[in-house]
Amino acid sequence: MATEKSVKETYYESIIKQGYSRRDFMKFATYIAAYMGLETSMIGQVAKSLENTFRIPVIWEHYQECTCCSESFIRSDHPIVSDIILDKISLDYTLTLMAASGYQAEAAKHATMEKYKGDYILCVEGSVPLGDDGNYCCIAGRSAKELLLEAAEGAKAIIAWGSCASNGCVQAAYPNPTDATPIHKIIKNKPIIRVPGCPPIGEVMAGIIVHLITFDRLPELDGLGRPKAFYSKRVHDSCYRRPYYDAGLFAETFDDQNAKDGYCLYKVGCRGPMTYNSCGTIKWNNGVSYPIQSGHGCIGCSEENFWDNGPFYERLTGLAGFGIESSADTIGKVAAGVVTGGLAVHAVAANISKRKELRSRTTRAKQNEKKLDS
Amino acid sequence: MANRIVVDPITRIEGHLRIEVEVKDGIITDAYSSSPMVRGLENVVKGRDPKDVWAFVQRACGVCTTVHALASVRAVEDSLGIEVPPNAEMVRNIMEGALYMHDHTVHFYHLHALDWVDVVNALKADPVETSRIAQSISNWPKSSPGYFSDIKKRITKFVESGQLGIFANGYWGHPQMKLPAEVNLLAVAHYLEALEWQKEIVKVHTIFGGKNPHPNYLVGGMACAINTESPGGLNAERLAYVGRLLEEGKQFIEQVYIPDLLAIASFYKDWGAIGKGFGNYMAYGDFPTNGYGDISSFKFQQGVILDRDLSKVYDVDHRNDDIAEFVNNSWYDDYAEGRDQGKHPWDGETNIKYSGPKPPYDQLDVSQKYSFIKTPRWKGKPMEVGPLARLLVGYARGNKEIQEAVNGALSHLDVPVDALFSTLGRTAARGIETQLVANWTMEFYDTLLQNIKNGDTRMANAAKRDPALWESESKGVGFTEAPRGALAHWIKIKDAKTENYQLVVPSTWNASPRDPLGQRSAYESTLLGTPVADPELPLEIIRTIHSFDPCIACAVHLYDEHGKHLSQVQNVSSCEI
Repeated sequence: MATEKSVKETYYESIIKQGYSRRDFMKFATYIAAYMGLETSMIGQVAKSLENTFRIPVIWEHYQECTCCSESFIRSDHPIVSDIILDKISLDYTLTLMAASGYQAEAAKHATMEKYKGDYILCVEGSVPLGDDGNYCCIAGRSAKELLLEAAEGAKAIIAWGSCASNGCVQAAYPNPTDATPIHKIIKNKPIIRVPGCPPIGEVMAGIIVHLITFDRLPELDGLGRPKAFYSKRVHDSCYRRPYYDAGLFAETFDDQNAKDGYCLYKVGCRGPMTYNSCGTIKWNNGVSYPIQSGHGCIGCSEENFWDNGPFYERLTGLAGFGIESSADTIGKVAAGVVTGGLAVHAVAANISKRKELRSRTTRAKQNEKKLDS
Repeated sequence: MANRIVVDPITRIEGHLRIEVEVKDGIITDAYSSSPMVRGLENVVKGRDPKDVWAFVQRACGVCTTVHALASVRAVEDSLGIEVPPNAEMVRNIMEGALYMHDHTVHFYHLHALDWVDVVNALKADPVETSRIAQSISNWPKSSPGYFSDIKKRITKFVESGQLGIFANGYWGHPQMKLPAEVNLLAVAHYLEALEWQKEIVKVHTIFGGKNPHPNYLVGGMACAINTESPGGLNAERLAYVGRLLEEGKQFIEQVYIPDLLAIASFYKDWGAIGKGFGNYMAYGDFPTNGYGDISSFKFQQGVILDRDLSKVYDVDHRNDDIAEFVNNSWYDDYAEGRDQGKHPWDGETNIKYSGPKPPYDQLDVSQKYSFIKTPRWKGKPMEVGPLARLLVGYARGNKEIQEAVNGALSHLDVPVDALFSTLGRTAARGIETQLVANWTMEFYDTLLQNIKNGDTRMANAAKRDPALWESESKGVGFTEAPRGALAHWIKIKDAKTENYQLVVPSTWNASPRDPLGQRSAYESTLLGTPVADPELPLEIIRTIHSFDPCIACAVHLYDEHGKHLSQVQNVSSCEI
């Protein structure tokens, strides 16, 4: 069993134990700071926080899901997942990776919930079916709802991984046969970081974990509970095919000459204009590509109800509230996060540069949109 | 003492599954397999545009993340009479090949290995001896004493920290753990290497499908247009990237996965006689090289083997009533035709109706319906599907490449052909076929390059994307060999909308409850006769269940012959060992 001393082991101690030097540790802190996009003046703060923090226990629950979120998490390139689970967090419960099964698995979870009450992070993958009294998803003979409420009770922070936990995702699409429910509709008294996407990008998932353990506070969230660092821009705004959109050059169908030339996919159904995600900036699998770069429109998998906003291959014209140039301000009303349990929500001024250029782009785009609709 | 133990859930699998087992004199005498989770995807896709359905059903599984999309686009193409261009066929094959390479390797190291490898025991290893063993079985360069010494140091510090994370409460020190400490250390080192490696091979999906998990597919072909003269399409840089990833993937499989598999298997040959099951095997076949309609061109052949008789292979037909699904033991409304009647998937129904115990509960009433999984049968018989079934069908059909690969592994391990029909056989078959598929995937890649060189840059057949060109009613079937086994989707289209949609997935075949004749499916059948050394730590059950690579998380219940509750299981913490 873990001793009190070992509980308090810090990243610094852990790194020194592994035979690294103080110098290596500072390099690591510098790297983390760079990764978080911080000024060099903040490296000291990062190093200090790493020196004084023990490996935070993580309980990762699985309800109505397909495990794509866990799979995406282990795809993270920076940090790589073996470094996360060996050095950065203590992943004490996850059905996907843990060695123990059955009673031993549940015992490990309960040990963490007791020993680290108020100190562990709860990650939830999957929605919770409320239909038929919760009979549609049971683990160890207990309903997902009961398990969620129990695990949330002592959690320091709660992360809703993916569209299932954040929005209900595919099983909540019409007619939602099992009354699949996102977790924020069940847990009302704690801040929840919503990380939508089917799945979310691996580096985004790792980045949120790194943020929590490095700064010991929630990342700044928008009005829908999404970290602004990764969800404040539309895919459309960071898309490398955007100039074709502005120029009115579109693929008319798949594999036509325009598609081969890499023109904008808006007319074959791309949801980039109404989807907030990092696909155009961070991209997927260590920046290799993203759906639009590989020729398929964005299906909007990080947006609420995206499954019911189809058909996917038809251009969205009549969707209420989503004019193509609606801004982040009108679609995602940004509100302050909640402060509880020792986690401070900090404010970072949004970088709204090049306002003028954006405005002129918008004007051109609106003209194009009119042309399309006429 | 009459007791019962609850082991719930089994981990290192996808999804949620529960198995209840009866034990007498340390031997499993009966088993019940149940899934306690349902989402109702078949009902969600009703009424949708058939061109969209692949994306919905792809979310059936994020581990084998391409297979349902592939089965779906094939079902719609079959229904509408769409042929995909040869380049799209090759890209789909390459993506599926990359999935096999990823999925099987991850299964071996991250989902299955901890059943055979004692992580804590690795701390006792001599890194010099581990290095000698590593270099004697493989040319893999990361094999120096210093390398293994560093790994040992890292794991030692990790264990000493007292925060054991995913390794907490594992079955360390169990009498069934038979590897020498040095081999344990080798396996732990490769567990970590494989975890880092696996994120590379999936980039093949990212290049062609834009992301992984859940890359994009397209009815009629693929969306990744080819243009060797533009930054906007698949050009030489993108294709070279794929080539490098496949080459490196193949190397890892040949120099790490396969040598480790054979080395570890050589200590567990007794498992060549455990987990046999009923002996019926079925494969649909896959990896077309001349179109989905020409099954003779498939790399994996289709067929059914009955009673382990390799002298006769029966043909599979997805379109007649040979395949039927039953709900007699499943939490759905009985069919109007009667509880014991089966339905062909084109006419299948999914009317969820839970009738099990109210949570929280300790055990299921297996005399009533006991699972959300339906029970599929081929001509009324239960079938095992998966890597072993594929290899046996190929072997029995005289496929030289498969025969050589299988015979090579058998002679390396010095075990008889009978050892294939087992837990060990299932795990070995997965490795053997990974190597075959890695080679084939390079062939598909070469074919793709040759096609493009010859001037064929077509990637999608967009001719029938307009529903005005469709018949008012049609139906189709899309089948594939998922890494976990035979998979098919059946669709009926009416007035350009999805009228009915049914998935019969590998774990439906393997993990289903009993049929109206009381016949057990593969999980239930293969657990019979398995010895359980310590009922409080039922490692043996996990081994056999994991040998199927389930798509569903398990909960296992053990009964003794009196059905009584065993005393509380001790919490065995590895840091006490």
